[in-house]
Amino acid sequence: MYKILKAEELADKIYLMDVEAPRVAKHCQPGQFIIVKMDDKGERIPLTICDYDREAGTITIVFQIVGASTQKMAELKAGDSFRDFTGPLGCASEFVNEDLEELKNKKILFVAGGVGAAPVYPQVKWMKNNGIDVDVIVGSKTKDMLILEKEMEAVAGNLYVCTDDGSYGHSGMVTSMIEKLAEEGKKYDVCIAIGPMIMMKFVCLLTKKLEIPTIVSMNPIMVDGTGMCGACRLQVGNEIKFACVDGPEFDGHLVDFDQAMKRQMMYRTEEGRAMLKLQEGDTHHGGCGHCGGDN
Amino acid sequence: MADVLKKVPVREQDPQVRANNFEEVCLGYNKEEAMDEATRCINCKNAKCIQGCPVAINIPGFIQEVKAGNIEEAYKIIGQASALPAICGRVCPQESQCEGKCIRGIKGEPVSIGKLERFVADYALENDIKPIGAESTNGHKVAVIGSGPAGLTCAGDLAKLGYEVTVFEALHELGGVLVYGIPEFRLPKHAVVAKEIEKVKELGVKFETNVVIGKSTTIDQLIEEEGFEAVFVGSGAGLPKFMGIPGENANGVFSANEYLTRSNLMKAFDESYDTPIVAGTKVAVVGGGNVAMDAARTALRLGAEVHIVYRRSEEELPARVEEVHHAKEEGVIFDLLTNPKEILVDDKGYVKGMTVVKMELGAPDESGRRRPVEVAGSEYTIELDTVIMSLGTSPNPLISSTTEGLEVNKWQCIVADEETGKTTKEGVYAGGDAVTGAATVILAMGAGKAGAKGIHEYLSNK
Repeated sequence: MYKILKAEELADKIYLMDVEAPRVAKHCQPGQFIIVKMDDKGERIPLTICDYDREAGTITIVFQIVGASTQKMAELKAGDSFRDFTGPLGCASEFVNEDLEELKNKKILFVAGGVGAAPVYPQVKWMKNNGIDVDVIVGSKTKDMLILEKEMEAVAGNLYVCTDDGSYGHSGMVTSMIEKLAEEGKKYDVCIAIGPMIMMKFVCLLTKKLEIPTIVSMNPIMVDGTGMCGACRLQVGNEIKFACVDGPEFDGHLVDFDQAMKRQMMYRTEEGRAMLKLQEGDTHHGGCGHCGGDN
Repeated sequence: MADVLKKVPVREQDPQVRANNFEEVCLGYNKEEAMDEATRCINCKNAKCIQGCPVAINIPGFIQEVKAGNIEEAYKIIGQASALPAICGRVCPQESQCEGKCIRGIKGEPVSIGKLERFVADYALENDIKPIGAESTNGHKVAVIGSGPAGLTCAGDLAKLGYEVTVFEALHELGGVLVYGIPEFRLPKHAVVAKEIEKVKELGVKFETNVVIGKSTTIDQLIEEEGFEAVFVGSGAGLPKFMGIPGENANGVFSANEYLTRSNLMKAFDESYDTPIVAGTKVAVVGGGNVAMDAARTALRLGAEVHIVYRRSEEELPARVEEVHHAKEEGVIFDLLTNPKEILVDDKGYVKGMTVVKMELGAPDESGRRRPVEVAGSEYTIELDTVIMSLGTSPNPLISSTTEGLEVNKWQCIVADEETGKTTKEGVYAGGDAVTGAATVILAMGAGKAGAKGIHEYLSNK
C-alpha cells in the first residue's frame, strides 16, 4: 500500500497528492510517469510526476477528473492509500543526459497547457537547479483553472501566463503567446510542449513554421506501462513507437497527432457509461447497454 | 475397470455452455477416476516419461502412490521437482513431453499424466498440504526478477536450499504470464494460481510487487545497495509484434497481449472491475499459436463471432491440438491459408473490415514448415470490427539496456547457459522467455530450476 500524505484540490476538477513511494522517488527523473491503481478492481491509471522528494521518499502527482476512475480517485484523502503505485516509467527527458555546458547555451521554451503544467514543472525545476533560466508559457482555459502558477514562477526565468477567455494574463491560447514572443524577436533552440493532444498538435504546427525543434509528451491509453501490451502505440515519422517504453517524449514534428487523438477516443463511450453508472449509482436502470440495468 | 488402451475420460464443461462463461473448461479427475487411471501406468524401470519432463518429476513414483490412494505422498514426490504442479497439470504440452514418451502410447493412449498431476496438486491445495521447506536459512540473499513460472520455480528451489529469496514483480499481481496471459477458463487465477504461489510463500520466499527492474531500481543497485549476492532474471517475453500492414493503428486493432491483459489481469470481462474491454461483434484473431487460441476463446466468451486467420494450414498450427480442438468445439471459425493484407478503417478511425488473400503451401522454409505463398488475385474483404494480432513478441529491453555487462544475442534475448542459467555478468543468471523468446510455461520452469542450481553452485563456491 502507498500512503497519501497530502491531498488538495488545486482547481475545479484538478487535484494534487503527495504519495509515499520511496523506490519511485529515489529513481525518478523529469519526463517520467507513474501508474497508480486505487483498489482491487481499479484500472491502472498512468499519471505524470509533478514533483519528487528523494529524502522524504514521496512523489507528487496531479490529475484531472476525466472519467469514473479519476472521479473516484479525487475522493481519496490524506491518510488513505493506493493499492498500487509503480514507476518511474518511460524515459527521462533527453536534456537530463545532455552535456550541461551545451545545454546552458541553449534558449529553451516550455509550453504547458492545462494540467500539462504538472509534468512541465519538474523539468523547469531541474533547469533552475542546474543554473539554467528558461522561458515558460502556462496556459489554461480560465483563471480558475490555472494551476501551479506560484511554483512555476519560483523556478522559471520568465513566466508568461495566458488564458483562453482572457480572464487572467495574456488573452488567448498558448500558440498566440508563442507568436507574440516570436514577434518580439525571441529566438529559441528548442521548445518542450506538454498539454492536451490538440494543444500539442497546434503548437507543433506553429513551431514547425518558426523552425523551432519541439518535444512533446504523449499520454495515450495504456494498460501495463512496461511495453507488454502495445495499447499506447503511436505513429512517429515512419515508425511505430510505444509511448510507455520509447517515450513518453517524442519529436513533436514527427508525431501523427490526428491518429493519436482518434486512438484516445477508443473507450470514450465505455468511459461515459462507467461515469454515468457511478453518478447515478443504484438509480441507474438499463439504457446504457453496459451495466445490465435492472433486467 | 478401465480399457487399458484408453485414458479414463476427463469431465469437461459442455462446449455450448462454456462458450458463454469464464469458468474452467476441464473439470479434472476425482479420486476414483485418478486411482483408476493410475492403474494404467506400468511403472517402467527406465521411465521415458521422466526424460520427457523438463523438470524431471518422478512420474511413475507419484503415480504408484496415486494408485494406492496415498495422494499426500504423491504430492510430496512431485514437490521434489516442481513447485507449481496444479499449473503444469493444466498448461503443459504433455502430448509432446511426458505423455509423448509413455510406453502405453505405442499401442493405445498414453497414461494421462497431466490430469493425474493436476488431481494430486488440486488435492493438495484443497487440503492445504504444506510443501517441505528448509529448516533454517543460510543467510545468503538472492533476488529473482519476475514472478512468472521461471521466477517462481527458481525462487522455490532456492528457498528449499535455505536462501533468503525476494521476488520482484513489475505488475500489481504475482504470476506473470500465468495471470496476464493464460485465461481464467484454462487456469483459474484465484483457486489455482494464487494458491500455488501461496505455497511458494510458505517456503519463505518474499515478494515485492510494482517494482520494474531497470526503472524502479537496477540489477547493479540490487547487488551493490540492497545486498543481494546473486540475481535470477526471469522477466518474460516482452513487446508485441505487429504485421506492419496499413490500418494497424486503427481503433479496434489490439495485440493479443493487450486483449488478454485487459481480460485476464484487469478482469475486464467482469463488470464489477473498472478496466474496459471492447468485446467486438465480429473478431479476427491473426495467428495460430496458443496465445491466438486464448484470445479467440476469450473474444468468443465476450459474445463475438470469432475467426482465426492463419496463413498456413491446420497441420502447421503451432497451438496445442487440445486448444485447437476446444476452440473448434466452442464455435471458433478457422480461416486457414488466409493472410491479412490491409485493415480497413472508417472515417472515425475504427476498424470496419480486413482485406485478406488466400495462400497455398510451397516448398519447406528454414523452420521445416511449408512456406505459404499468396494465390494471385485471390484477395477478398471481410467485414469485422475487431482485429487481434497474435504474432509473438520481441524481448523487452528494460533490463538488458540498464545492466552493464549483460550480453544479448541478435534477437535481443539475454545470453545464458542452458544448464546453469549463467549470463555474461557475474552473479547474474537468467532463464525463461527473456532468454529463449516466447516458449512454454514448463520450459520456463525448467530454466528456473537450472538457474537455481547455477546460483547454488556459484554461491557455494564463492
